[in-house]
Amino acid sequence: MAGKPKLYYFNGRGLMETIRWLLAAAGVEFEEQLIEEKEDLEKLRQDLLFQQVPMVEMDGMKMVQSRAILNYIAAKYNLYGKDMKQRAWIDTYCEATMDMNQSITMLPFKPADKREKAFADIIEKATTRYFPVFEKVFKDHGQNFLVGNQLSRADIQLLEAILTVEELKADILAKFPLLKAFKERISNIPTVKKFLQPGSPRKPPIDEKGIKKAMEVFHLIDD
Amino acid sequence: MKGVSRMTQQEASGTMYTPGRKPQDVLRHSFFLCGERDRIKQVFAKGNQQLGNMSGKPKLTYFEGRGRMESIRWLLAAAGVEFEETFLKTREQYLKLIKDGYLLFDQVPLVEMDGLKLVQTKAILNYIAGKYNLHGKNLKERAHIDMYVEGTMDLMGMILVYSFSPPEQKEKQLASVLEKATTRYFPVYEKALKQPGQEFLVGNRLSWADVQLLEAILMVEELKSDVLAPFPQLQAFKARVSNLPTIKKFLQPGSQRKPPPDDAYVATVHEVFASK
Repeated sequence: MAGKPKLYYFNGRGLMETIRWLLAAAGVEFEEQLIEEKEDLEKLRQDLLFQQVPMVEMDGMKMVQSRAILNYIAAKYNLYGKDMKQRAWIDTYCEATMDMNQSITMLPFKPADKREKAFADIIEKATTRYFPVFEKVFKDHGQNFLVGNQLSRADIQLLEAILTVEELKADILAKFPLLKAFKERISNIPTVKKFLQPGSPRKPPIDEKGIKKAMEVFHLIDD
Repeated sequence: MKGVSRMTQQEASGTMYTPGRKPQDVLRHSFFLCGERDRIKQVFAKGNQQLGNMSGKPKLTYFEGRGRMESIRWLLAAAGVEFEETFLKTREQYLKLIKDGYLLFDQVPLVEMDGLKLVQTKAILNYIAGKYNLHGKNLKERAHIDMYVEGTMDLMGMILVYSFSPPEQKEKQLASVLEKATTRYFPVYEKALKQPGQEFLVGNRLSWADVQLLEAILMVEELKSDVLAPFPQLQAFKARVSNLPTIKKFLQPGSQRKPPPDDAYVATVHEVFASK
């Protein structure tokens, strides 16, 4: 019985947020089962291949591992390029955006005395390692999308990364005019625009309460 | 689409590398599951660097050790693809690679093949798996393969962290690796192989998932030789897959397979990366 994909995760961004972005961008409606307590996770355990979430139920599979899930969604909804070489470029760009996102996701969980340095490192990497590369991609080809002149997961994931870094430093795109234009352009795609509106499944940045809860529940599954 | 071609020195200095500024964090060697050591720097040996790829074989650029390149070596070897290697030994060598536009995000592994300068380990592995028919024959098989390889990569990532752990943390980290191997990961693969006639993990033929599983098994066995004792299916799998001709060849002395990181290797990596 084909139903909507069902997402199992905490009530927060974490490793599920990129998946929410991709499904939303593809115009796919989904349901969410939010894990609030340790007991919820315990009950779910037998459905989790490696005892971990994210888990997405779709097309008869209980998929785990965020990259496996993202790869499947991207391919299914034609957001993965049209040939292997395009896919290679998309993968390269997405791995970079995921590196950026991961640093930001882990920031609130760093011990207080390490947080300032970690924050500075994120900003530095964004402005000297990652954004210049993407800016140059647009400068070189002058097209509207990163790869193959059509929307792909790379564009969605780059937009996500841009917005996430902007939450840390609002003027982060000051020196990247092409990325600014890119951000406007992709934000205005109807499915993306919808996801950016209040009331969508998009999750806010984690707060103190969320950090506490995540540490409490995480402790159960990951040391 | 126009690829990221070699940058001129001017372009390079304008964007990623500013002359006079002390290069920081020029090489990122990030580890799974642990936010500790994500800054490793490299120093390059002087000497000739043949950066062109004349032979047509894939060319791998990395440390002379396993790290994040080892899974790539395994996959190419399993696919029967001969490859060449350049080893990073000095900082100058590394900076030259950046300046010449080889390292898109200032990072290795780098694999040059089919006219591409591929970086980002998973992008490289996806490309090789796809090209050599080791990534399943449809989307669902691919999804299962991806799930399995993400699991083994998480496990191998833990081992990588362990090898770089300071002495006082090593024992605890080792215990954690062995616990996860025997309670989280190996039981999953044991179960997957239990079905009668199931010789491979996915689709009844060799895939990237099988190659990585063998790689992970051997790595854990280096830490605890009898770790497979409770897993008869994995023991049989190990014997079976090790005997496939291309893999058998890779497992022989003299192949391009790298040894486990020892103290000397770890010391070299720490040394060649100027510490912050």
